[in-house]
Amino acid sequence: MLDNNQLLRFTTAGSVDDGKSTLIGRLLYDSKSIFEDQLEAIENTSKKKGHEGVDLALFTDGLRDEREQGITIDVAYRYFTTPKRKFIIADTPGHIQYTRNMVTGASTANVATILIDARHGVIEQTKRHAFIASLLQIPHVIVCVNKMDLVDFSEDVFNKIVNQFESVSSKMLVKDVRFIPISALHGDNVVNRSENMPWYQGAPMLHTLETMHISSDINKVDARFPVQTILRPQREGFIDYRGYAGRVASGIFRPGDEVTVMPSGFNSKIKTIDTSNGQLEEAHAPMSISITLEDDIDISRGDMIVRSNNKPEATQDLEVMLCWLNNSPAKPRAKYTIKHTTNDQKAMIKEVVYKIDINSLDRINDDDSLNMNDICKVKLRTTKPLMIDSYRENRTTGSIILIDDSTNETVAAGMVV
Amino acid sequence: MSKYYLNYLDELESEAIFILREVWAQFQNPVILFSGGKDSILVTHLAKKAFYPSKIPFALMHVDTGHNFPETIDFRDNLIKDLGAQLIVGSVQESIDQGRVAEEKGKNATRNALQITTLLDAIELNKIDCAIGGGRRDEEKARAKERFFSHRDDFGQWDPKNQRPELWNLLNGKHFEGEHFRAFPISNWTEMDVWNYIKRENISIPSLYFAHEREVVWRSNSWIPKSEFLILEEGEEVVKKKVRFRTLGDITITGGIESEADTLEKIAVEVSAMRQTERGNRTDDKRSESAMEDRKRQGYF
Repeated sequence: MLDNNQLLRFTTAGSVDDGKSTLIGRLLYDSKSIFEDQLEAIENTSKKKGHEGVDLALFTDGLRDEREQGITIDVAYRYFTTPKRKFIIADTPGHIQYTRNMVTGASTANVATILIDARHGVIEQTKRHAFIASLLQIPHVIVCVNKMDLVDFSEDVFNKIVNQFESVSSKMLVKDVRFIPISALHGDNVVNRSENMPWYQGAPMLHTLETMHISSDINKVDARFPVQTILRPQREGFIDYRGYAGRVASGIFRPGDEVTVMPSGFNSKIKTIDTSNGQLEEAHAPMSISITLEDDIDISRGDMIVRSNNKPEATQDLEVMLCWLNNSPAKPRAKYTIKHTTNDQKAMIKEVVYKIDINSLDRINDDDSLNMNDICKVKLRTTKPLMIDSYRENRTTGSIILIDDSTNETVAAGMVV
Repeated sequence: MSKYYLNYLDELESEAIFILREVWAQFQNPVILFSGGKDSILVTHLAKKAFYPSKIPFALMHVDTGHNFPETIDFRDNLIKDLGAQLIVGSVQESIDQGRVAEEKGKNATRNALQITTLLDAIELNKIDCAIGGGRRDEEKARAKERFFSHRDDFGQWDPKNQRPELWNLLNGKHFEGEHFRAFPISNWTEMDVWNYIKRENISIPSLYFAHEREVVWRSNSWIPKSEFLILEEGEEVVKKKVRFRTLGDITITGGIESEADTLEKIAVEVSAMRQTERGNRTDDKRSESAMEDRKRQGYF
């Protein structure tokens, strides 16, 4: 593997029937990412269950309950590497009652893969998956039209599904969409090009994942640096050292840059950008660094260092698209801990503006209850200002979670509108 | 291609450093669980980098089964001296002597499961609210579901079906008195990533990972090292082989593989050609299909 290879994170959403597990199994198997002892274990289980041949879907089974019920309950992460890239798959269940798991898996993905059964075309579930990809602003979408073997590898069927999908996605914010006709069961167009579909001119799925251009997806314009912790070594050679440690959320920082510390508003200049390997000439997302400033300013965790000529909005009133993640519904006007970058404050849900029926994608205006898996637009009020950007501009400074202080559970995830 | 991107090792490193700094910021008394294996050595190395030029702010905690490779203990003590860090030892032998646990019986007896009690006792005794581990999601199917910040109730138990969702890079480490967290900064690394990074950073690791001559016995498809704890069964014979270990656990259960790889470069080449998972040589995982999940639920690493 080459040293300059990139990491690509993608999600798969789907149910057993879509052949999602078979697709992942096929990707791992044909890219030779499966070990012999794993294969042996799965051959044994396949035999025990009376399956013919090796059931590739068994590779993705995780917890005992899931094996017993034959479904994916949670997000499971899978890894494989090709000579071109390292891949992380966030494998999520596809049913409506697992919307929250899909949202979780989608939050860090570069690419969403959406599976469509060629026999059924675009169904409610497809719309839901496309909607989640657009809500979470996943930069690229690959639509895999699966089970092409069951529709005689028909180009007409494929084209009809492409049209169906485009009429649905045109109403959403999905930027880069590609369509691939595949058969996960037989391996057509997954890793190897299909001989059964000469009419398809595009690349197989793996090649598409390997060559997709992702380095321009990061925000290089708005320099944002949430401070995680302060480094004060107080040892020889570093007596007066005071470094602000964190990970660059977006933009580019260089020594000499004029910066402002928010929310205090103090201005200074970057003196050095440090790592344990030495000083850097510039730093960008998602690098973990520490910054020293020319002036001695009081800075603590939760503050944000930004370029003075490009600041986020500091506000106590936020409009967010919220996905409710918890079993217990939201309590009206209750206070929650809100986590935004490295900053914790308290927040209250002031108003539910509308809810979204995630099957029809219609707005519901007269229902302000928030139950598990609900997606809605809400108004939040925080006790202190947060330094926010819109989620569309900035996935890091535009995202929040809510924590219920009575259970400490993460109950909601939100994207700043 | 744009110059503003990280290669996969830099991105994994940056993610791990971010998580280690979050641990430091969100917990009162975090420690690194140190086994002497390459993964916990890697976590320690990353922690050193995360807080440079400050000293590593975590104590290292070792759950000592008493069934160690002597090389592991030497390595541990040297590393502690180099780092100037504090070492906390939880002793399984003491747990046995105090009657907290009973030694397993039979020919496949190990002290593996006994570690759970010792670990949880040490966490409680030292008031630890976060134990940082070198667990990776690619190791085993139950570990594939782990969060970066993984909650443990006041009995130290893991509830895999009721985990907190983890979105973006917003890690929720809030907990009540008596509960603790496990943090897994190298969750997204694979075995190959670990070796490539160790090679790149030239991190020193115990000599056991390199091919060396050793007295071993062929058992359960791997070479089990001769030690004072090994009881020979009928037909078994001690032979001298050139072996190395892919993972390090107790000397009683860690099998070696025949190998000529005596440098990091050769190990990386060998690992990339491997067709068996690294835990394939660990008899503790072979007991049943959900052996790891069952141990993890009770509080295992």
